[in-house]
Amino acid sequence: MVTLGAIATAPLKAQREGDKNGKSIVFLGVLWFAVLFAVVCLATLLVTAFVDGSTRLDANLFTRYSSIVLPERAGARAAILGSALVIVTTAVMAIPLGVAAAIYLEEFADSKRWYNKVIEVNLTNLAAVPAIVYGMLTAGVALSIGMPRRVVLAGAIALALLILPVVIITTREAIRAVPQEIRQGSLALGATPLQTVWRQTLPSAVPGIATGSILALSRALGEAAPLLLLGGLVFVSYDPNGLMSGFTTLPIQIYNWAKEPQLAFQQVASAAIIVMLALLLLMNTLAIIIRNRYQKRW
Amino acid sequence: MTTHTYSTNKQKAEEMEQAAAPLIALASESPRQLPSEPRPIMECDDVDVFYGDFRAVSSVSMGFGYNEITALIGPSGCGKSTLLRSLNRMNDLIDGARVEGAITFHGQSIYGKDVDPIEVRRRIGMVFQKPNPFPKSIYDNVAYGPRVIGMKVDSMNDTVEEALTRAALWDEVKDKLKQSALGLSGGQQQRLCIARTIAVRPEVILMDEPCSALDPIATSRIEDLMTELRADYSIIIVTHNMQQAARVADRTAFFTALADEGTGDRTGLLVEYDLTTKIFSAPADERTENYISGRFG
Repeated sequence: MVTLGAIATAPLKAQREGDKNGKSIVFLGVLWFAVLFAVVCLATLLVTAFVDGSTRLDANLFTRYSSIVLPERAGARAAILGSALVIVTTAVMAIPLGVAAAIYLEEFADSKRWYNKVIEVNLTNLAAVPAIVYGMLTAGVALSIGMPRRVVLAGAIALALLILPVVIITTREAIRAVPQEIRQGSLALGATPLQTVWRQTLPSAVPGIATGSILALSRALGEAAPLLLLGGLVFVSYDPNGLMSGFTTLPIQIYNWAKEPQLAFQQVASAAIIVMLALLLLMNTLAIIIRNRYQKRW
Repeated sequence: MTTHTYSTNKQKAEEMEQAAAPLIALASESPRQLPSEPRPIMECDDVDVFYGDFRAVSSVSMGFGYNEITALIGPSGCGKSTLLRSLNRMNDLIDGARVEGAITFHGQSIYGKDVDPIEVRRRIGMVFQKPNPFPKSIYDNVAYGPRVIGMKVDSMNDTVEEALTRAALWDEVKDKLKQSALGLSGGQQQRLCIARTIAVRPEVILMDEPCSALDPIATSRIEDLMTELRADYSIIIVTHNMQQAARVADRTAFFTALADEGTGDRTGLLVEYDLTTKIFSAPADERTENYISGRFG
């Protein structure tokens, strides 16, 4: 039916079968299964932890020390305080070092020099090195210089080494996201390169650096392997009171309890898992809030 | 070919004159009494600028006059921005950028061995194509320069007010000095960048297409501002807009790009440099005439 003024054209209804064939449907099914599998695993973990641990999720968990003879009264006080102290010490060591290294690599290093290229390649590799290797490194160094291994400082050094590459990489990305125009504007006013970094680039990159660092620290918080290697697998029934104090952390305490046969230990382990998950969730939320709030639009 | 057509085709020549007529009118609107040669505050002598092996600008020799506005015009890729950026050593920041020949400021080479590029940039300020205020308050944007160079000022508040007043922005922002500069309009941001530059008391201000991101009203305010600033500063402006050059510049330099037959690399060179009135009314070089009449570029 050709009416006056209308131009003849091919109809817009589907000419091909699109995604409605067997192959596409199977593929979509595989994708759905993968998502479902991941979600179900996570849900199982959370649900079992809550079911087993909820009975022990009380004040005792936070105020009492672990106990060998009375599993019903064992608490995670030493582990919670130990984790907090180790993580703070790790942050104090890893963040300034990592940020400084990233500033050098982004703002001052001549990327054509061979040694800077070597550093670049190694950084990426170091981020993928298994955590236990950093534990071995720290244990070896501590042994050779005669430093005690089973102390907060040694644990923090191992964890700082572990997250250093991640801190450097995320900081470099944050610095790179600061527009070149800002640096040029600063330099054109007679600011030195160092002043430009200190007063313009770094303040603008702080949200990105904070987000990356918090995520790295939350990884360190959940890490047990390097600390086990340092001999952290000991029974601790006192608060850590300094860098040279013996300590235990939440992941190690959970490991210790989980390998005991008594049901009461299993339950307190689950309760400690809930505490740790809550802490991780808190840190990750903080990272997201910082990222969203300070996201700059240029 | 073009030459031939042009010189023999009377009709086309007339068309061209008509196209150029408004520019001539603009250029002769407010004639200043200027010497035929500039009294130079800065001079280029046989300047080549390279990026690695690539020669971006070839053998430019020209002087930039005291308290004059000099416009650099020409088609894209003719090296005018590159030349501008080598006048205050902003090109140092680009890997592989190199200047040959002499660029002098008050007779001193700015690429000399004992010259501090930081001091060069303080004395020869720059305003960029895209307004680039710092993500700080309006006040801190202006105070930043004096602070970082350790300038001795009696009162930072007065210094900020003076710079903002000179940049014709004070009345608009005096009640919101503590607010973020990013909240200003594009034209206000660009005037803030000019205020920021003035605050460190440079002698020369380089402007790299300062109005290309602005609307016509904002553009006209910046142009008025340039004419006012001319009394105290020497201004060198790169512009794509020939009307702008005709309106504000005392002298205009026309650049063009020459493609290398082998590599196809385009090298910029200075075709003609003269009083703006002359460039837009009676250019000596035919390429200039073709360009200003809209024939090419």
